Amino acid sequence: MSIQEVVIVGSGPAGHTAAIYAARAGLTPVVVAGSVTAGGALMTTTEVENFPGFIDGVQGPELMEAMRAQAERFGAEIVPDDATRLDLAGDLKVIETGAGVTYRARAVILTMGSAYRKLGLPEEERLSGHGVSWCATCDGFFFREQHIAVVGGGDSAMEEALFLTRFASKVTLVHRRDEFRASRIMAERVLADSKIEIAWNSEVAQILGDDRVAGLRLRDTLTGAERTLDVTGVFVAIGHDPRSELVTGQVDTDPDGYVRVAHPSTATNVPGVFAAGDLVDHTYRQAITAAGTGCAAAQDAQHYLSHLAPAAQPAPVLEVSA
Amino acid sequence: MNTVTPVTDATFQSEVIEAELPVVVDIWAAWCGPCKAIAPILDQLAEEYAGRVKIVKVDADANPEAVTAAGVTSIPTLGFYRAGERVDVLIGAHPKPVYAAKIEELLA
Repeated sequence: MSIQEVVIVGSGPAGHTAAIYAARAGLTPVVVAGSVTAGGALMTTTEVENFPGFIDGVQGPELMEAMRAQAERFGAEIVPDDATRLDLAGDLKVIETGAGVTYRARAVILTMGSAYRKLGLPEEERLSGHGVSWCATCDGFFFREQHIAVVGGGDSAMEEALFLTRFASKVTLVHRRDEFRASRIMAERVLADSKIEIAWNSEVAQILGDDRVAGLRLRDTLTGAERTLDVTGVFVAIGHDPRSELVTGQVDTDPDGYVRVAHPSTATNVPGVFAAGDLVDHTYRQAITAAGTGCAAAQDAQHYLSHLAPAAQPAPVLEVSA
Repeated sequence: MNTVTPVTDATFQSEVIEAELPVVVDIWAAWCGPCKAIAPILDQLAEEYAGRVKIVKVDADANPEAVTAAGVTSIPTLGFYRAGERVDVLIGAHPKPVYAAKIEELLA
């Protein structure tokens, strides 16, 4: 079995940027990209307006396709499968995929990103796909001329609400505080949109409906008073949680599940294991910050590999001087 | 080569309801990222189950009757049909083993 220099787990902006840098460093990285999650969170967004270099914005999926192609151009091998087991303890890290392929690598870069956070209501699972959605670009179409709710107060929630006005007769944005966490430009667009109404200081107490969403029970976060919101769909955009379940117990994570790294380095507490992107980032969570830390991780991995035992490296050309 | 073939409102009755084989119906759309992500997986499964299961796709954008009949509000949605009746539904994008297990159930 061949041994890889570096395997990258995940294929969002962090993973693909790490792949570009690692490939250009001659490390021929293998990217375990995910079978249905390849490309990461940007695959279900529309216009990305804040990624530098794109004056008129760029579609999320287009940006990710370009990053993938750029990594491949320099020799990265993109594997369209899921990592199902990681063993990070030894000098050789083991990465198993859903198709039963096992990779062994001297270094691993973890970029599994994050997953949509759920509301945590008992009826959420049952009504998921029956009016409860996490993907406005996928499902907005099915709510033409209907009143729908978006839950959240960050940029994702603003983007979903604005996108959904294309289809919905009315969008109610449900937010538990009295101001948005979103960037000013996005918040202003939402507040100026005549189709969007804001339910401030409100949280979802219950999703109503038996086999499809028939409304929301909202609770006022200040008074505790409850009221019913008459909607047929609810789009949840209340944040993300790190997808660290494959490495829990193997590398240090914080109480929220984010992988801990030795900032400004991307090194985890396990030698040869680096982490980047939303998997480590509580705070910024942008495509560009993910790409930045992915770049750093590739360079940290390269530095680590160059200091391993010489047997592990291609024979260097030595210039011997007396 | 057995691939996922398109079905429309006009052909749904003959291709799905009256089909002799069990049928998997993938309701998708061009603007749905997760739908694109699972397309290669469904192509592989169509090949692997050729002669035992028929896998077809319905473009939600162009076939409102099929979408309404299936009560779809989220895509991708896969419907599993046996003898003209929908016996199972799977919503969302999943790894290949999940689809394979559902198809095995359909064949059982």
